[in-house]
Amino acid sequence: MTVSASPVPPGPLLDVAELAKRFVVGSKRGLVARALSFSKPAAPPSLLHAVDDVSFTVGRGETVGLVGESGCGKSTLVRLINRLLDPTSGSIRLGGAELSDFRASSFAGNPHRARIQMVFQDAGDSLNPRYTAADAIADPLRRLKRMSGAQLKARVEALADMTGLPRELLPRFPHQLSGGQKARVGIARAIAVSPELLILDEPTAALDVSVQVVILQLLQQLKRELGMSYLFVSHDLNVVRLLCDRVLVMYLGKIVEHGPAAEVFANPSHPYTRALISAIPQADPERRVDRLRLGGEPRSPIDPNPNVCRFYGRCPKGTPRCAEEMPLLRPAGAARQVACHFA
Amino acid sequence: MTAVPTLAVDDLSVEFRTRSGVVKVLEHVGFRVDRGEKVALVGESGSGKSVTAFAVMGILDAAGRVTSGRVMFGGSDLLALSEHDLAEQRGRELSMIFQNPRTALNPIRRVGRQIADVLVRHGGATRNDAPRAAIEMLKKVRIPDPERRAEAYPFELSGGMCQRIMIAIALACRPALLIADEPTTGLDVTTQAVIMDLIGELAAESGMATIFITHDLALAAEYCDRIVVMHAGHVVEAAPARDLFSHPRHPYAAKLLAATPGETVALEHLASIPGGLPDLRRADLPPCRYAERCERRTDACAQPLPQRTVGDGHVVACWSPL
Repeated sequence: MTVSASPVPPGPLLDVAELAKRFVVGSKRGLVARALSFSKPAAPPSLLHAVDDVSFTVGRGETVGLVGESGCGKSTLVRLINRLLDPTSGSIRLGGAELSDFRASSFAGNPHRARIQMVFQDAGDSLNPRYTAADAIADPLRRLKRMSGAQLKARVEALADMTGLPRELLPRFPHQLSGGQKARVGIARAIAVSPELLILDEPTAALDVSVQVVILQLLQQLKRELGMSYLFVSHDLNVVRLLCDRVLVMYLGKIVEHGPAAEVFANPSHPYTRALISAIPQADPERRVDRLRLGGEPRSPIDPNPNVCRFYGRCPKGTPRCAEEMPLLRPAGAARQVACHFA
Repeated sequence: MTAVPTLAVDDLSVEFRTRSGVVKVLEHVGFRVDRGEKVALVGESGSGKSVTAFAVMGILDAAGRVTSGRVMFGGSDLLALSEHDLAEQRGRELSMIFQNPRTALNPIRRVGRQIADVLVRHGGATRNDAPRAAIEMLKKVRIPDPERRAEAYPFELSGGMCQRIMIAIALACRPALLIADEPTTGLDVTTQAVIMDLIGELAAESGMATIFITHDLALAAEYCDRIVVMHAGHVVEAAPARDLFSHPRHPYAAKLLAATPGETVALEHLASIPGGLPDLRRADLPPCRYAERCERRTDACAQPLPQRTVGDGHVVACWSPL
């Protein structure tokens, strides 16, 4: 492939800058009504700010965790980077190539497609029930690498070996596989085309703890062997802590804290991160801390006031200043950034 | 009052008849839940946690059959009750939060009405009072803007909100026993904390007993008083949460703890549990269903399973406990 043959450019693998995605929502009037009311000037539509001015990088061979509660924009951000959605503005550079120039609708046929792959949340739901494990793993190889015949068969078997899927399971359909085996098929399919960036969306959420351990260890080992970078999305903070070098904390479309995982977990700066970390269930009674309870309601992501901190109203700190001036993400220590007036 | 447990499950065995043979899903399962107590049932998928709950509620699948045991609740054996009497108990005295709120809620009925339905059927509310009482319930489970949300259909609400609607339905009639089957799976840790606290408050306030089904040992240890560990349809260990965490005695319970990610362990030190659950259709199932995965197996394991009391309220079904 021409793309992977080029020399490795310097700098981070993934460089996301000022990325934003706004969805138009809530126009009560239908198309016809709007067309007929041409005499009145149309009010601008409401916009849901799903991802708002997000910038970060993922280095080569690095694992970056993305955490935040549901509705915070994690999935939208992942879909933008994975080029399944078109951004409203901003740039997504992968190893020097600008990906936001390509339309999501035609990205499946783009040579860059093989460079970003994804392991989906529920291994069961993301496998085609009419494809055998071998078909599922072969599919991206056929489409993106034009492989066929003996070469394809050899590659599928090699991938099964790499992901610890017994070869005799390759002719089986998803319903004949256990949860852990389906997870292995999902991973084998994602790494089949040798991606540089692998996006993992809650890869172990549906698995038992004993199986989860094996899959996490497999992911760690594959990263070492294949030199991939991971963007790891999860709300299981205990898992993020195990796997990630750096962590990004998102709240209502914005990154509120960013830094080395060990430091952020040991000493969270943003009040939201603190609440999140104190809510992690702790089996050991000796290590249990007083939970920081969040009161109030999350602010609406629809037409948010650009001058009010997104966390205002739920934040235990909240002062009048937070309602007048949006805190920007600013450096806090050597490798950390936090968006709070008081951090 | 204190001496009589709210629920006592004794020697419960359940089998499922399938085309490929009889599956012995539960065998001699026993545990008790006292008033105001929170007991966790933990184990891998397939360990029989949910089947235990379904058997207690009398809602086993048609293929399932209770072959032995008693489920004592409020002075009567639930397994011996007629369907009519059981229906009177369910909803009012016995209540359940199901695993998947999206499929457990009625998709074509407004959520406020679904809560009102329970209040009218079991809570003695009239059709006129019920909507207001339903909104009160929504407030209690911290649904923002409850008046408006009561008018919503399940598909219009997020997963976390549907979960809270399920909880509102289950708690509407202040049951004496709540069975919560993975009530917080798929929720954020912050929402999970809110919901677990809410269940805890109700338990403390009204003396509600709770059976909490989960595979998250850390969650069980943090929120429950006692933990019952199940493996392949057997109760292998039952202990106060603190004791189980600090000194697990059954090899399986110890492995489960060692596989749970926590604050202090590195990924390399987490250990998986070798092997899988045995095929429960087998005729030659060993007395200990963990034996084939167990590193501590001895010749003694061929005998029928013991029930050894190893501490205060701490029972382990193992011939060579740790």
